[in-house]
Amino acid sequence: MLRIRTSEFAIPVALCVAGAIFLLVGSLESTQFARLTVQGVAQGMVYSSLALALVLIYQATHVINFAQGELAMLTTYIAYQLIQWGLSYWEAFAATLVIAFVLGVILQVTVIRPVQHRSVIATVIVTLGLFLLIDGVASWEWGAQLIILPSPFGSTDLSYNVGGVLIEHLWVGTSVVVLLSLAVVWGLFRFTKLGLAMRAAALRPAAAALAGVRVDVMLAIGWGLAAALGAVAGLMAESSNLFLDPGFMQQPLVFAFAAAALGGLESPVGAVVGGIAIGAFQILLTGYVPALGSNLQIPFSFAVILGILLVKPNGLFGRRQVQRV
Amino acid sequence: MRRHAPRLGSLAVVAAVLIVLPFVLSSYHTYLAAEVGIFFIAILGLNILTGYTGQISIGHGAFMAIGGYTTAVMSRDHHTNLLVTMLFAFAFSFVVGVLFGLPALRLSGVYLALATFALALSVQYVPLQWSTYLGGSGGVQSSTTEGNVWLYGVSWATAATLFAVAWLLLRGRVGRAFRAVRDSEIAAVASGVEIGIYKTLAFAISAAFCGAAGSLYVMWLNGFAQPQEFAVGLSLSLLVGAAVAGLGSLWGILAGAAFIGLLPQVSASVPVIGNQHGLDVVYGVLVVLVMLVLPEGFAGLLGRLRVFTQGLNRESTAVKLPESSSQ
Repeated sequence: MLRIRTSEFAIPVALCVAGAIFLLVGSLESTQFARLTVQGVAQGMVYSSLALALVLIYQATHVINFAQGELAMLTTYIAYQLIQWGLSYWEAFAATLVIAFVLGVILQVTVIRPVQHRSVIATVIVTLGLFLLIDGVASWEWGAQLIILPSPFGSTDLSYNVGGVLIEHLWVGTSVVVLLSLAVVWGLFRFTKLGLAMRAAALRPAAAALAGVRVDVMLAIGWGLAAALGAVAGLMAESSNLFLDPGFMQQPLVFAFAAAALGGLESPVGAVVGGIAIGAFQILLTGYVPALGSNLQIPFSFAVILGILLVKPNGLFGRRQVQRV
Repeated sequence: MRRHAPRLGSLAVVAAVLIVLPFVLSSYHTYLAAEVGIFFIAILGLNILTGYTGQISIGHGAFMAIGGYTTAVMSRDHHTNLLVTMLFAFAFSFVVGVLFGLPALRLSGVYLALATFALALSVQYVPLQWSTYLGGSGGVQSSTTEGNVWLYGVSWATAATLFAVAWLLLRGRVGRAFRAVRDSEIAAVASGVEIGIYKTLAFAISAAFCGAAGSLYVMWLNGFAQPQEFAVGLSLSLLVGAAVAGLGSLWGILAGAAFIGLLPQVSASVPVIGNQHGLDVVYGVLVVLVMLVLPEGFAGLLGRLRVFTQGLNRESTAVKLPESSSQ
């Protein structure tokens, strides 16, 4: 699931290597470029984990969860509430992941399972309904307050000085947390029986069921995992924001869509690479072309999605779909 | 196959009610009924794309924005008659629909949903960026505004015209090609349907309908086009309306339009949920419920009722009811 066969993916791998060399050479040439690159990669990590959540769900159930970002937003508010009730940041972080997992499982079982075999349109509309519902609940409960979540990585002014390049603690912390959670997910799928069963349930549901895998349970766990990954994305996206706002995950969600489209909805590696690429590209572009400003960020990512899909309708790492009539 | 032409009887009933309504309703309620007419047009358009051609779009609020801004800007800069601006909005949205439909050809299913969702989120930022011409966050004010009865009359006259257009279009060759694309693209190609042309055409037609609806929407908003009116919520409520409507029934589209047009007013008067966020919660819950309980929307429910009543009629040997009364 998480391996790439290079023969099949020669062009995308070459593109990634070229991109990495470009970022590396640029960083060696200019300290500003290096700083923006690190910031972009850290930003991209957030998109990566959200995009991976989308891909996990898409692989297992062929559903795009439009509510993924709002779910992440909700769990971030839950973390805030837990901190209010006296937990430390990291205790709240852990508790939130568990809550998000349970929430994901419940959503899959109650509202997704009944429609999942019906049609793409039905499932899309259900997840959009969840989008509205979660947005409404969070705005209702917390929308009117000005909420400032403490930064988990100390003051935002703190920076490491690496060869004259100032790198904020926040960026390093975000990257480490996301990489750790990606490693956990990868390990789960690669080395555990549960992961194997989940892969089987996603790839060949009928065969997996015959081999004794409880496909329904595996799909529900997949949703739970995705929600937990989304929660990581939400908390990490929040830590670079000044204050919490119910709409704060909408923009990351669009970038995560762009990342998933770039990598191909079927490819977890593609989603992670795509997220980092989109983040770096976004930060570098806005750093060097201020005219793009904050207004054009989402339209820009829209253009990216459309552009990628025009050239490669199944994403860079996606395989061509063969359809049986 | 469900017939897409409503029976003449129900058409006459709807027309009669619509003609009488403005004489009965208060000015405020006429104003609300005008909004239902506007959403009727938009859902009708979206239904052609999603229901008949099977192409999902979450971004049709963008075409309403294009239509709305066309009207507001033309009226502001050239004092153009509002009805003329609506024709321009229709044509302009059609062209943009073709331009967007061409790349969208290559996308299907979830990928198209992704692209159009990004379109829905993008649209409100465009006026902010080019604020000198599109008014920024303050919006654009048209030079003239009209009264509630005028809005009602124009909305529903446009709705009736476009309904006739859609009916003529869908009953013949084009409608058959749309349904062929929906049911199986591969089979459609094999039968000689140029799916590229028909997908683009479906996109452009639905965009044009939404453009006209957007134009009317801005007139309805006292001629005031503002970015936040065309935020993602509008696109979502159009899709919600189309889902509630189901496929190919006049009554269904009326139900969908009334649902998204009137729900804000109804829920605002309920004590606990009487605010914007309460509305979102109600919306969300209802959307999920509708999809779970009524998979084919209101139209599907009517279809099932019809089968049910026909079964009853057949069982009893009673005198057959006149056909239009069961509708």
